[in-house]
Amino acid sequence: MSSISAKNIAIRGMAGCVPARVEENKDYPGITPEEVEKYIAATGVVRRHCAIHDGSICTSDLCQKAAVKLMDDLGWDKSEIDLLVFVSHTTDYKLPATAIVLQDKMGLPTSCLAFDITLGCSGFLVGLGVMGNLMASGAFRKGLLMVGNTQSEYASPEDRSMALLLGDAGTVTAIEYDPASKDEVNITYMTDGSGREFVILPDGGSRNPVNAQSFVMEDCGGGIRRTRLHEKMIGDEVFSYGAYFIPRLYEEMRAKFNINPEEVDYLLLHQANKFLCEKLRKKLKFPPEKVPYNIQEYGNTSGATIPLLMVTELQKELHDRELNMLAATIGVGFSLGVGQIKTHGGIVVPDLMYL
Amino acid sequence: MSLDEFVKAFAAEFDETPEEIFKADTCYKDLDEWGSLVALSIISMVDDEMNKRLTGAELRKCNTIEELFNLIEAK
Repeated sequence: MSSISAKNIAIRGMAGCVPARVEENKDYPGITPEEVEKYIAATGVVRRHCAIHDGSICTSDLCQKAAVKLMDDLGWDKSEIDLLVFVSHTTDYKLPATAIVLQDKMGLPTSCLAFDITLGCSGFLVGLGVMGNLMASGAFRKGLLMVGNTQSEYASPEDRSMALLLGDAGTVTAIEYDPASKDEVNITYMTDGSGREFVILPDGGSRNPVNAQSFVMEDCGGGIRRTRLHEKMIGDEVFSYGAYFIPRLYEEMRAKFNINPEEVDYLLLHQANKFLCEKLRKKLKFPPEKVPYNIQEYGNTSGATIPLLMVTELQKELHDRELNMLAATIGVGFSLGVGQIKTHGGIVVPDLMYL
Repeated sequence: MSLDEFVKAFAAEFDETPEEIFKADTCYKDLDEWGSLVALSIISMVDDEMNKRLTGAELRKCNTIEELFNLIEAK
């Protein structure tokens, strides 16, 4: 088990932005009302906010809109930003890094450090750990952690397991160096690349360059058809892995950081699907009132789900009181993270934005 | 867990299929109710009751409940 503990930092604000366009799962072509009802009961996803993937709305645009408003509300001047980390699997270009594109588009100083982290559902916890440690020494004063995905783009329209699940969202977390801060970030990680075949977009990288075969719709069984440029997910393998290893990683984290679950206000579960989340909630022994959901409105937005959950469900509480939160996620890779985030009120959280 | 207990626990994950249908030699994938959600419930049950991780591939590979039980026991 690897772990990170970041001190001397304070979370000052959080914001999220989703596409204004909504896809209702009940409107999915060819689906019967009974099938939709069953699907919603299992996954929890009623509707999703999805961009039209023609380049008009990218993940970076969602994050940028959220960041501009958040910095305005915080009274942060863009000249003060010295660190920008963008965590996503849906970048503007293969190169350069999207964080670097954003430095220019947002008018951030050229003296800042900006880079991307390519991760999916574990993105927020990894990004927070990396950024928290970079900033803990005082080398950086004000940083923006952007986590988002517009991966509904990768879903085959003929693959219900993906097309009805994936939503788009961009989030930003404003972090400041503050030696007097009592905020705490304690995270444990687990990585197992043997799971890469279970969530993968096979073609288009250097390993499998795009070729004529990449565009061919293949019958994958179970009524699923997709090309090798669509995201493939073997749901039962993800479930099997997450349901087994997250509780074990959670126990290791509890022991390592001396966490008393009774003192925890909320358990924030990556909004993968309701079935897995409920399994984890019960296994981790948390009552429903301590485990918020918003998957019904936004679907699985990959790395954005945990910060999005904080924006939509804990907006007022993040501002009004101290919070002792736990977060748990399994993501493409597999990449797992379970962590504790302790905040002390005063966090600026604008209303969710739409683009 | 004995094979008999496993067959009972297996059957309990089904909502519509009557319990008496389930025998050690039942080919579970032939059951009308078999599907992705029941599969996840079985994986979950094996984790809860037997403290073992059953993969999707293993569940697809086996035919009868007994075969599955033996595979899990050998893990």
